[in-house]
Amino acid sequence: MLIEQTLAQIEEKFPNSILENTEFAGEQILHVKGQHILKVLTSLKANGFNFLADLTAIDNLTLGGYERFAVSYHLLCHKTADRLTVKAYVSDKKPSLPSVESLWKTADWQEREVFDLFGIKFKGHPNLVRIMNPDDYDGHPLRKDYPRLGRKERYDFPIVDRGINKQKRTE
Amino acid sequence: MTRAIEQQLETDRMILNFGPHHPATHGTLRIIMELEGETVVKATPEIGYLHSGFEKLGEDLDFNQYITITDRMNYLSPLCNNVAYALSAEKLMDLEVSKRTEYIRVLMCELSRIADHLLNVGMLAVDLGAMTAFLYGFRVREDIYDLFEIATGTRLTTSYTLVGGLMRDIPEGFDKAVQKVLEEVEDVANDIETLLNKNRIWHDRTKNIGIISKEDAITYGISGPMARASGIDWDIRVNESYSIYEDFDFDVAIALNGDVFDRYLVRMEEIRQSIKICRQSLDRMPTGNVIIDPDFGFSLPPKDEVYNSIEGLIYHFEVTMPNRGMTPPIGEAYVPTESPNGELGYYIVSDGNRTPYRVRTRPPSLMNYSIFSKLIEGHMLSDAPAILGSINVIAGELDR
Amino acid sequence: MPFGTACCGIEFMAVLAARTDISRFGAEAIRFSPRQSDLLIVAGRISIKMMPVLIRIYEQMPEPKWVISMGACASTGGVFDTYSVIQGIDNFIPVDVYVPGCPPRPEGVVESLMKIQNLIDKEKLSDYTLSSSK
Repeated sequence: MLIEQTLAQIEEKFPNSILENTEFAGEQILHVKGQHILKVLTSLKANGFNFLADLTAIDNLTLGGYERFAVSYHLLCHKTADRLTVKAYVSDKKPSLPSVESLWKTADWQEREVFDLFGIKFKGHPNLVRIMNPDDYDGHPLRKDYPRLGRKERYDFPIVDRGINKQKRTE
Repeated sequence: MTRAIEQQLETDRMILNFGPHHPATHGTLRIIMELEGETVVKATPEIGYLHSGFEKLGEDLDFNQYITITDRMNYLSPLCNNVAYALSAEKLMDLEVSKRTEYIRVLMCELSRIADHLLNVGMLAVDLGAMTAFLYGFRVREDIYDLFEIATGTRLTTSYTLVGGLMRDIPEGFDKAVQKVLEEVEDVANDIETLLNKNRIWHDRTKNIGIISKEDAITYGISGPMARASGIDWDIRVNESYSIYEDFDFDVAIALNGDVFDRYLVRMEEIRQSIKICRQSLDRMPTGNVIIDPDFGFSLPPKDEVYNSIEGLIYHFEVTMPNRGMTPPIGEAYVPTESPNGELGYYIVSDGNRTPYRVRTRPPSLMNYSIFSKLIEGHMLSDAPAILGSINVIAGELDR
Repeated sequence: MPFGTACCGIEFMAVLAARTDISRFGAEAIRFSPRQSDLLIVAGRISIKMMPVLIRIYEQMPEPKWVISMGACASTGGVFDTYSVIQGIDNFIPVDVYVPGCPPRPEGVVESLMKIQNLIDKEKLSDYTLSSSK
């Protein structure tokens, strides 16, 4: 009930932000243009979806879709136990989205992780630095065009030898 | 005279590195703290010291092969991760598993929950100086590891579930072994509570430390025992029931203050409720198969059919060979489950190939840990291990 | 000195606990400071962010020192052939004993400790002197 009402309201209020409204395996997915995501989420939060369960991104390079990157927000309403997925589409030329850290503080670290692994910047984020990879890392690993074995960063360390005059022992 | 000395004694803030290799950090966490005397003024956590690229691996491994990787995330309760992934994959492919599978999955999840909470309470006690709770907890954890070994083959990295069922059925006599271990768990839980619940030192070190309010808990995305200790009445097993939890009769433990002591109490009570669920599961276990019919093209047939009949071998090859494999529909699925740490779910996006397009874990430890810098401000340095222990950060899940 | 990072760290805690008790073999004193220990047990996967920390801790240990590489991830990278996991710490640090398994059983860790004890038995003082003083 809450989901149908809310979706109807949102489609009335923001007709040019919503791209589509699909359903898969019993769950509703709302597809939104990237730059309007803050308005849509503020309105959804005011309608009862008070918990942001997950914030992640998908690289649509070979899957296809409206744009290359889709940042997905999983919302939950504690009162009625309804879940809703909202996907915001961003193209890959200087990808950037407004940050939702002002609505939910949990978005702080998760947006940093999306920045680190995909390269999507978030405007209005208090501290957008890398979180999982080292600070001087080059590249965004989870994009589809980044190789799984990396670019030789894992071999880039000094070799420490044994102490004075010790040879490698054998049994 | 002393006042003149005090006025001349200017102190500076000290920056302390609570480093990635430290006995009191559970795993590879790093916190940079600014101290004014003994009080912490600001704390900046740094994570990522165990980042292993789980999500990148998921794009190259089969649906069934990824289950071996999910064990290594929350390595204190690996069966919960296996079950959560299998549920997501089954929702994506719209498969329905047999009742016996569901009952065994619930039994294994609850045993892992007991193991996780025992270790967490033990580590919290060791960090504050009470070594006995750790040793008692580990002794009974070894018995639970024996049970896992009988059912799945290994102690820790079990990989027990498959998409569509379980790898193998539980053997004869398993239920008697479980009943015996559950009695021992009850004795150990009673012992730990006798030692710690009314202990003056424990109260001084854990009461009114690290209080999380209800609004903070919702804004920071906290779930699980930490949220329930702050008064939020949300347990996914009850409110958004998955698998077969509707058939079970148990209570949800909620506390009102939100400090370290309350989180400890909530976890001890959850151990007792898990014992209740395990006993109900053993009493009502139905008979049947533990894996769905291989005709659908999604599940692996049982091993004796693979080795002894040609149809079994063909079905096995249909699912596992690189140029064949499962053909899931194009779409996405997310099933939230209640892991010992909070809401755990796998968000699987598929594009029709035999490997998923994107596998994302919703890590409860990451959301729970993000509130740490707010909690420790104003407390003393020696409260940091208490708060870290009560958050139950597991580095494998945090960094993935 | 245990350098436990991941799942092998939990198995290492089980080695110290009541059923498999490593203090029976003379190794009860676990010290977390590198300056006071002579055996480093690397248990768990080492990522590229953690490797400088491990090298620094190894260099801080005084001679004589030995290293046990516990588990598949520390020995060869294990299941994680990705951009961010070191494929074996023996590429950078000298290792004496490798313990296979994912995670190894506690009895395996005890056996590795006994192997280190045998290796130490066979050492001579001339292993540690400079060659010019012979």
